[in-house]
Formats: sequence, C-alpha cells, structure tokens
Amino acid sequence: MLEVKNLKVQIDTAEGIVQAVDRVSFRVEAGQTLGIVGESGSGKSVLAHSIIQLNPKPATIYPEGEIIFEGKNLLELREKALRKIRGNEIAMVFQDPMSSLNPVFKIGSQLIEAIITNQKMSKKQAKARAIELLRDVGIPDPKRRMQDYPHQLSGGMRQRVLIAIALAGNPKLLIADEPTTALDVTIQAQILELLRKVQKKYKMAIILISHDLGVISQIADNVLVMYSGRIVEDGSVNDIFYRTTMPYTWSLLRSLPRLDGQRHERLINIEGQPPNLISPPKGCNFHPRCPFATDKCLKIDPELTYRSKGHSAACILSEQEFMDGKERIEATEKERGALTYDRTTA
Amino acid sequence: MFKKKRNLIAVGILLLFAIATISASWWLPVSPSLIDASRRLLGPSVDHWFGTDHFGRDIFGQTIVAARVSLVVGFTVAVIATLLGTITGLIAGYYKKADFIIMRVIDGMLAFPSLLLALALVAVLGGNITNIIVALSFSFWPVMTRIVRSAVLQIKPLQYIEAAKTTGVSDPVILSHYVLPNILSPIIVQGTFIFAKAILAEAALSFLGIGVEPSIATWGNMLQEAQIYISIAPWFSIFPGIAIIITVLALNMIGEGLRDALDPHTTGKAAKEKQAVKKIVNAA
Repeated sequence: MLEVKNLKVQIDTAEGIVQAVDRVSFRVEAGQTLGIVGESGSGKSVLAHSIIQLNPKPATIYPEGEIIFEGKNLLELREKALRKIRGNEIAMVFQDPMSSLNPVFKIGSQLIEAIITNQKMSKKQAKARAIELLRDVGIPDPKRRMQDYPHQLSGGMRQRVLIAIALAGNPKLLIADEPTTALDVTIQAQILELLRKVQKKYKMAIILISHDLGVISQIADNVLVMYSGRIVEDGSVNDIFYRTTMPYTWSLLRSLPRLDGQRHERLINIEGQPPNLISPPKGCNFHPRCPFATDKCLKIDPELTYRSKGHSAACILSEQEFMDGKERIEATEKERGALTYDRTTA
Repeated sequence: MFKKKRNLIAVGILLLFAIATISASWWLPVSPSLIDASRRLLGPSVDHWFGTDHFGRDIFGQTIVAARVSLVVGFTVAVIATLLGTITGLIAGYYKKADFIIMRVIDGMLAFPSLLLALALVAVLGGNITNIIVALSFSFWPVMTRIVRSAVLQIKPLQYIEAAKTTGVSDPVILSHYVLPNILSPIIVQGTFIFAKAILAEAALSFLGIGVEPSIATWGNMLQEAQIYISIAPWFSIFPGIAIIITVLALNMIGEGLRDALDPHTTGKAAKEKQAVKKIVNAA
C-alpha cells in the first residue's frame, strides 16, 4: 500500500545541508503496523513528515527516491492533490495532545469541521458521525463532551479526540508520531490499546514512531531501527527484540532500565552523541560510539544486508563476531558492575 | 471587563457622547450654527453653558455636534486600519516570501511619524473628511500589520496548525479558523487604541488648518478658531479641549480594560494579587 523507495531528504539550514533521511526504503501493507524507533534526531519524524509532505517547504529537498502510496508518487503530487490525500487517505496523530487542538473552538466543532473537510455531508450527518467517532475512541458521554473546550479535557482524553479527528476521513494509513510520549504510563497503555482497536475496525495501516522500545514491542508487527537518518535494522518485532545482531539495536535494548534489576545497578547508556548530520563521520555512522568497532568500521560504510527472511541489518560484523564481542563486553561490564555493587553495599 | 467600575464609566462616557451627538438636532435648545452678532464671545451662562464663540454661536452645541465628525473619523479609521493591518499581517506572518515584501513596505512607512505621514498625504489629497480618513488609515495600519504579524508568528509553529494541515485543511481556512481566532485579542485592543489616536490626529490636522473643511464643526476646527481669542475668551478653547481629553481618555481606558480582560496572564495575575490581599486582610 505504501512503499518508500530509496528516499533521501535534505534540510537546508544556516549551518549547511543536513542529510536528515538517507536512502530509506520500506513498505507497509494494509492492516499492518510498522514501528520506527531511534534516538532524538535520528530522522524518524522527518521521515514521517515526508510521507505527507509536511516538512517546512522551501528548506526541505527530496533529491532522490519515491514515496508510492496506492500507485501514486506523493513526491510528484501538487499541493491540491496532496491536501486531498491528507486526512482522507493518510492521517496523522501528534506527540503533544495539549497543543494539537485549536484552543478557541469546542472539540465538537473541530471534529465536525474535520469530517466536512474530507467528506460531503450535511452538518447534521457530520454531527452524528462526530458522536460516533468519539464513542469509537472511548470517550464517555460523547454528546456532552462535544460541547467541551480542549482545556477542559485531560491529556489522555485530548489524545483520544485527536485520534477521532484523524479517523474522520476514514484514512487508510495513520501516522502516529510519538502518540504516547506526553502521557503517563497507564494512559499510554489505553491509547495503544485504542489504536489497535481502531486499526481493526477501520482496517488501517499504522506507522508508529517512538523512541520507546516498550511501546513499539507492544503494537508493531515490523520494526525499523533508525540511526542518523538511515535504517540500520529492519525486521519483525521478534527479529529486532530477540535475534538482533546489530550493535546499535543491541545497545538500545540494553539501555532500557529494568524493573527487576538491582537497585543500585548502574544504568547502561550509549556513550557519546549522535553524529552531526551536516558532516557525518567516515565509514559507519555508528562507529565512534560502537563498543564492537574495529578498524574496518572506519573505512566501510555498511549497507543493509540480508540476515534471514524479512530481516536485514547494516553492520559488517558476522553473527559469530557479534556473539564473541557481546560476550566480551558483558564480561567486563559484569566485573565493573560487581565492583560498584560491592562499594554501595559495603 | 465590566467588573471594573473604571471600564464601565469609560464605556458609558463614550456611549453618552455618541447618543448625544446623534440626537443633537432634537434636543439642543439653540441651533449650534445660529449666528448672533450681539452675543459674541460671551462667558458661560445659563443660556449658553459653555459660552459663545466669535460669531455668537453656542459652544455647548458646537462641542456636541463636533463629536459626530470626531467619532465617525476615529471609528472608520480604526476599522479600515484594523482590516488592512489584519489581512496584511496574516499574509506576512504566514507566508515567508510575502513577508519580506510586505515588511519592507511597512518598515518604510513606519520610518515616518504617523502624524507627519498623514499630514503629507492630506496636503497632497486636499482636506476633507474622506481624505482625512484615507490618510489616517494609511498611516495607522502599518502598526497593526506588525502586531498581527508577530502574533501569527507565535501561533504558526504550534502543533494544532500542523495537525489541521494533516487533516487536509487549506491555507485560507487555517488562517481564518485556526490563526485569526487565536490572535483576536491583540487586534481588538490595538484597534481601540487606533480609534483614540485617530481622534487625536484628526483634531491635530484640523487645528493645523489642513484637516476637515473649516465650515464643519470639529473639535480641531474649534480649537483652531479659538486660539486667537484664548486670552479674552478662554472657554472657547477649554471646552472642546476637554471634550477631546475625555473621549481619548475613555477610549484608552477601554483599550486597557480589554487588554486586561482578554489577556489570561494579566487576569490571572490580578486575581492572584486580589486573593493574596484577601489572605493578608483575613489573617490580620
């Protein structure tokens, strides 16, 4: 349904041209959920905004690649045709529900407006549809809630309203850009559950962008791991979470704090900063921070290579080399960990 | 806004002026344009509350009738300047390319003091009410454009604008439904201040003798005629002067009242201060 081929996105800034998305390819099929994970600045939001062409206009350049949605290349469409696709075919939910609603209108009228923009309907029909949508997203007493202003709703409620607005045009693809980041954990779970429910009802594909691996693992079928504008690993949820042989993904998974860990255990982080995308490092972009890095990584810029069916990763390490390296790192880490632990208990 | 007595009084004064001047021909005992050479330059009395002028005309009546021109000019200028300024400000704030062109023009116009600009325009166009309205609107709208543009720039990056775009809303609808309603309060407040400034500017132009035709009674024209007699008939200049002061003061008070009422920060602050004072009083 959506196929992105070899997409490059550059942003022209005062400091120079930023290679925000670099040679990215993936596909999403109807009813599927694709998760995109990565650190801040890894290009995941720019990628999502590229799909509906909402990056700041003159500054963003698409030098290469195609975004094929239902047979049309979105990069070649004019603004008017794009507007028809936005909302009707592709909708988006944003990170911050607090600021995503127009503060001066009642949520009912905002919802009705979204419905009328996308479908030919009388005001009365639109109102009935709006109430139905609010019920679909689990808002109790929707008729009364229509009369509320955004500030009268809690964050979770507002996110539900935003999902309802996104659903107003019966989209085939929903892009959710960090939809749960601004919400607390219990609400997060509810919103994810809601996304899953409406996905089934409306038979949509979902692209879920998050830096939260937990969120991705709960809802995604396939996962893209992004680093410095590139896809570094692409596979099913199980491939990524249990069978990764990619040092970046592995470091990312390891940096999750565990509820069942030791109280004084040191949290593991990835040393260093994401690379400067105006002048990226030579060789592999991740090598300055990679605990596995060898001299070869300085020279070779790895391409995505096939690992198993539907699973590919961009790293020159073989599976054996990765396993050996992992053992070595965990052993030294354990030693250091034991030392700190002794010190705190003593 | 009406909770404060001050604001209520200001609105009351303005309404009183407006009603008095509209209905003047029905209730004024003497026609304000009646010339009576035997009653020249008389001081305030029971017959002539504000005295008479050098033609023996009743100054009270003249002051009331003159409000008509002042209020009409002020209001029309405020409306035109606000409309022009809002449209150009919205465009300049929203479209980057248009911004450059519009703002350079505006900067050029702001380089002149607005009264000087109006003076030059009236000198070219000729002094009558229509030209004064044109000239004053033209010299007051740049300020409005700047204010609207800066408000738009604050709203534009907010997520609800982007969210609206993702639902397929077109630019004109975004500007009218999402941007404009959220910046309405500075526009209204500034519009009120332009109203006050325009009344003052019209009086100044008339006083300088290039404003409204001398045959029409305006506060500025009255002051211009009165200046020669200021030592022998001070009431001739004092009363129209007071009328200007009261009107402008009332409008400024309304403007400030609106600003306080429409700006959530100031209302919040004022309310908090009140609460704090109450607490101290209760404790004592």
